[in-house]
Amino acid sequence: MLNISGIHEGFVLDHIKAGMSMQIYHDLKLDKLDCTVAIIKNAKSNKMGKKDIIKVECPIESLDLDILGYIDHNITVNVIQGDKIVDKKILTLPTQIKNVIRCKNPRCITSIEQELDQIFVLTDPAKEVYRCKYCEEKYVNPKKKKH
Amino acid sequence: MRHLMSPLDLSVEELDQLLDLANDIEKNPEKYAHACQGKKLATCFYEPSTRTRLSFEAAMLNLGGSVLGFHSADSSSAAKGESVSDTIRVISCYADICAMRHPKEGAALVASEKSTIPVINAGDGGHQHPTQTLTDLLTIRSLKGRLDNITIGLCGDLKFGRTVHSLINALIRYHNVKFVLISPEELKIPDYIRDDVLKANGVEFQEVERLEDAMEQLDVLYMTRVQRERFFNEEDYVRLKDFYVLTKAKMELAKEDMLVLHPLPRVNEIAVEVDDDPRAAYFKQAQYGVYVRMALILTLLGIQV
Repeated sequence: MLNISGIHEGFVLDHIKAGMSMQIYHDLKLDKLDCTVAIIKNAKSNKMGKKDIIKVECPIESLDLDILGYIDHNITVNVIQGDKIVDKKILTLPTQIKNVIRCKNPRCITSIEQELDQIFVLTDPAKEVYRCKYCEEKYVNPKKKKH
Repeated sequence: MRHLMSPLDLSVEELDQLLDLANDIEKNPEKYAHACQGKKLATCFYEPSTRTRLSFEAAMLNLGGSVLGFHSADSSSAAKGESVSDTIRVISCYADICAMRHPKEGAALVASEKSTIPVINAGDGGHQHPTQTLTDLLTIRSLKGRLDNITIGLCGDLKFGRTVHSLINALIRYHNVKFVLISPEELKIPDYIRDDVLKANGVEFQEVERLEDAMEQLDVLYMTRVQRERFFNEEDYVRLKDFYVLTKAKMELAKEDMLVLHPLPRVNEIAVEVDDDPRAAYFKQAQYGVYVRMALILTLLGIQV
């Protein structure tokens, strides 16, 4: 068993579907943070068979975890402070997603306007439907379709 | 400060007030002739639309105000690569209110986020065209006397036809409005209207392909043009452009008090022979378009007469 030491302050993202950790690494913009990040791929899991885990050593206010709810609300988020788990976050669908997915409608203003944020709004929580804030085009998540 | 991006930006009460104001302008134009003296309307049109632009300009001139603007992307700094956000910041320094048409969907919303003056969406691609909707509502209410308890047929390009999308969004808020959606398979209403607007609100609607099958049940028939500029492929346009033609013979199937509306310009979808039918309301509709834009300009500028 591979050992990665514990963290003093930060997050442990557990029960990530095997193979999804790199996407989450990018979506959370961890590549832009100057902090210790451990990515564990294909760890053994009783519940899932295989899973990925991400450990991030960082001040707990420096990460926006809303997007995780959009990617997979089954991910467990443990908040660590003083070497202890102080909180387990329950993930919900974010009401708005900014600069994570792009509008694919070629007629949308986001396709030409410089430096315009790509914003998607949750329009139907029951069906997990997100629409572009500007053109209202529905975003179809290809990764979710495979589930 | 308020903008108008979609007909839903106005509550039903606000909409009623706006339509009342438009009807008062219709009856007493002289009362409003100087209401906007010293105010300027900027018409920022990134794609040609003589009719909508002139309607806005006529509305502001009727109110005693002035107009300035551009009529195509080529004659604006968009040709030099300027963003909508930058353009509206500059226009905000020159005018008191702006009407914007842009071929890209959501462009007016981008403008409204950066603007310091009210922005009116005068059409954003195939998405929304709220002032056409206000025109349609004023026409129906003025000529039919009501906006509830009607069956309305929407015919032609329901896929790219933004006037249709906006009109559906506005009419579902009234009691017992039924829709008959008449279009060829390729130009059917998009999912985001069928699912999220009609089905989600429990609105009664049916989809048919033949105009003749719908005629006899309609209180209002709303015809639309198949627009060349919405097609990427010329072949598809040619195949679909003459799918529907409203003729005198088809009008015989309709109720005696049915109204025919059309946002104009028409091409072949309404035969000229229908123009003399008293039920043809599309030219009156253009006149109502000026009144409702006058009412909107007054409302957004907060001017009371």
